[in-house]
Amino acid sequence: MTATATPLIVSPEDERRPSPGARGRRRRATTAVWAIVMVLIAAIVLYPLIWMVLASFKPNEEFGSNQGFFPENPTIDNYLSVLDGVGGVPLSTFFLNSLLLAVGSVIGTVISSSMAAYAFARLEFRGRPLYFTLMIGTLLLPFHVLIIPQYVLFRNLGMIDTFLPILIGKFLATEAFFVFLMVQFIRNLPRELDEAARIDGAGHPRIFLSITLPLIKPALISSSIFAFIWSWNDFLAPLLYLNSPDKYPLPLALRIFNDQTGTSDYGATVAVSVLALLPVLLFFIVFQRFLVEGVATQGLKG
Amino acid sequence: MTASPAIRPDAVAAPDSARGPVARHRPTGPARKRRRGDTLAGYVFLSPWLIGFFALTAGPMLASLYLAFTDYNIFQEPEWIGLGNFERMMEDGRFWQSVQITLVYVLVGTPVKLAAALAVAMLLNFRSRGTGFFRSAFYAPSLIGASVSIAIVWRAMFSTNGPVDGALNIFGIDIGGWVGIPALVLPMMILLAVWQFGAPMVIFLAGLKQIPAELYEAASVDGAGPFRKFRSVTLPMLSPVIFFNLLLEMINAFQVFASAYIIGSGTGGPAGATNFYTVYLYTRAFTNNQLGYASAMAWVLLAAVGVIAFILFRTSRGWVHYTGDSR
Repeated sequence: MTATATPLIVSPEDERRPSPGARGRRRRATTAVWAIVMVLIAAIVLYPLIWMVLASFKPNEEFGSNQGFFPENPTIDNYLSVLDGVGGVPLSTFFLNSLLLAVGSVIGTVISSSMAAYAFARLEFRGRPLYFTLMIGTLLLPFHVLIIPQYVLFRNLGMIDTFLPILIGKFLATEAFFVFLMVQFIRNLPRELDEAARIDGAGHPRIFLSITLPLIKPALISSSIFAFIWSWNDFLAPLLYLNSPDKYPLPLALRIFNDQTGTSDYGATVAVSVLALLPVLLFFIVFQRFLVEGVATQGLKG
Repeated sequence: MTASPAIRPDAVAAPDSARGPVARHRPTGPARKRRRGDTLAGYVFLSPWLIGFFALTAGPMLASLYLAFTDYNIFQEPEWIGLGNFERMMEDGRFWQSVQITLVYVLVGTPVKLAAALAVAMLLNFRSRGTGFFRSAFYAPSLIGASVSIAIVWRAMFSTNGPVDGALNIFGIDIGGWVGIPALVLPMMILLAVWQFGAPMVIFLAGLKQIPAELYEAASVDGAGPFRKFRSVTLPMLSPVIFFNLLLEMINAFQVFASAYIIGSGTGGPAGATNFYTVYLYTRAFTNNQLGYASAMAWVLLAAVGVIAFILFRTSRGWVHYTGDSR
C-alpha cells in the first residue's frame, strides 16, 4: 500500500512519541506480543495453502508415509502427469473453458450491473423503490430455490450442455451483490457533475458513459475481480448444465480427477487443485486492496 | 451527539415548508419533461435487471412453488398431488437427517465463525499500522474456501496420516482419518467454515474503526476495564454490524454445497454424514429425477431462511443499537 492509503484514524498511542523508560518498554513488549500472536494466526490460516503447494511436489509414495511439511524427494512429476488431463481431454481445455466462462461473466456483470445501479442511484421513475426493495430481497434469496425451475427453463430452450445458461444471468444483473455495491458507490458521487453535464445538454446515456462509469472505476474493478473469481470457482452451475467433458471448466474436471484417481494418485489431484487455484491467488495478491475494501464498503454503507 | 433544541434542523427549516407543497405538486414545464425523460431512461437502464428479475428469479420462483405441489420428473407433465410431497417429507429419514446436519452446521458454525472474526478484527484494530498484510492474509480463505480445490485439500489434510492426524498423533490422540468417521465429518465441515472467517472480519474491522475514540476515553475515565469496555462500548456500537454479519453468514451457511458434495464424493459420504440439505435436494432433483419433491424441499429451505431472518429482525430491536445519524 502507498503512503496515501495509511488509515485516517490514528490511535492515541501513535500520536505520542515513544517515551523513554518503563512505559516505552512496556509498549514495545505489547507490540512484540501482538506481532507474535498475529504471526501465529497467520501461520494457522495459511497452513492449508502452503501445505497444498508443498504436497503437490511430493512423489505419490510419500503421501502415506511422509507426514512432514516438506517433500523428501521433491518432484514435478505430478504436474507433468496431469497435463494430459482426464478422459481424453487435455488440461488446457479445462483451463480455456474456465477462462471463457470467467471473462464472459465479468463482461456481463460489469455492463448489466452498472446500468441497473445507475438507474437505482440516479434516475427518478415510478416503481423504483419497489424494484430496489426486490433487488435487495434477492440478496437474501437462497439460490437453490431457483435451480430446478431454471433448469427446466433452459432445458426447454435447448440450452443444456452449452455455456448459455451459466452466462445469461450475468448479462441480466441477477447477482444483486454487484448492483448494490455500485449503487452505494454512485450515491457517493457529487450530483453537481451530473447537473453540469445536463445543463451542457448531455442525456443520460452520455452522463452514464462519460461521467459515472469513469468515476466508479474502483467499484468496477472490484466487481470484475469478484465476478471472475466466483465464476472461476463456481461448481454448481456447470454441474447442472454441462454434460460433455470437453466443455467442463476446472472445478468439474477436478471432481473427476478426485473421483477417478482419488486416494491412489493424491499427487495428481493435489497438483490440479493447485493449478486451479493459482489464477485466483495471483489475482488476489495483485488486487487485494480492491477486494478487501469492496467487502468493507458493502458491509457498512447499507 | 444530540443538538440542542435551539439549533434543531427542523426548527430552522420550518419556514421553508410553507412554500413546499405548491412547487412539489405542480412541476413546471421543464421539470415535468425531465421526469418523463427519467422514466424512459430508468426503464432502459434497468431493462437487463428487469428481464433477469422476472425471467430468472420471480418467474422461476412461482414455477417452483407450483412444482412443489406436483409429482414431476422432467419427461412427463407435472401431476398435481396437493400436499403429497410435504407428507412424504415428514416420513423421509434422509430428509430429517439432512435437516439435522444443516441446522447443526448453521447454528454452531456461524456463531463460532463470527466469534473468531470479531476476535481477530479486534486484534487487528489494536494497532493502526502494519496490519495490511494480516488483513489480506486472513481474508484469502473467504475467497477460495468454497472451491472444489479447497474441498479436496481439506479432505486430504484430515485423512489418515494427513497433517491433522499427524499433529494429533504427537499428543497421543490417534483417530485416523476424519472423513471415514461419520461423527467427525460435521466438525471438519464446521472447521472449514470457521477457516473462512476473513470476510466477516473485514466488515467487523471497518465497524470497529468507526467507533469514536472518545467513548473509550470516557469509559476509561469512569474506571472501566478492558472487559467492561468491550461489553459496554464495543458490543453495543458494533451491534448493527454483528446483525448484518449474522444474517448474511447464516443464509450463506444454509447454502453450502460444493464442499459437502466433494468431501462426500457426491453420495453423502460415510453413513450420509455429508448429506447436507442442498446436497440432498440436488440428489433428489437430478439423480433421482424427482423435481416436484425437490421443489417442495426448496420451498421448505426458503421458509426456514425466512423464519430465521424474521426472528433475527424481530429480536434485533432488543439488541441492535443504531446511533443518531439518520439517513
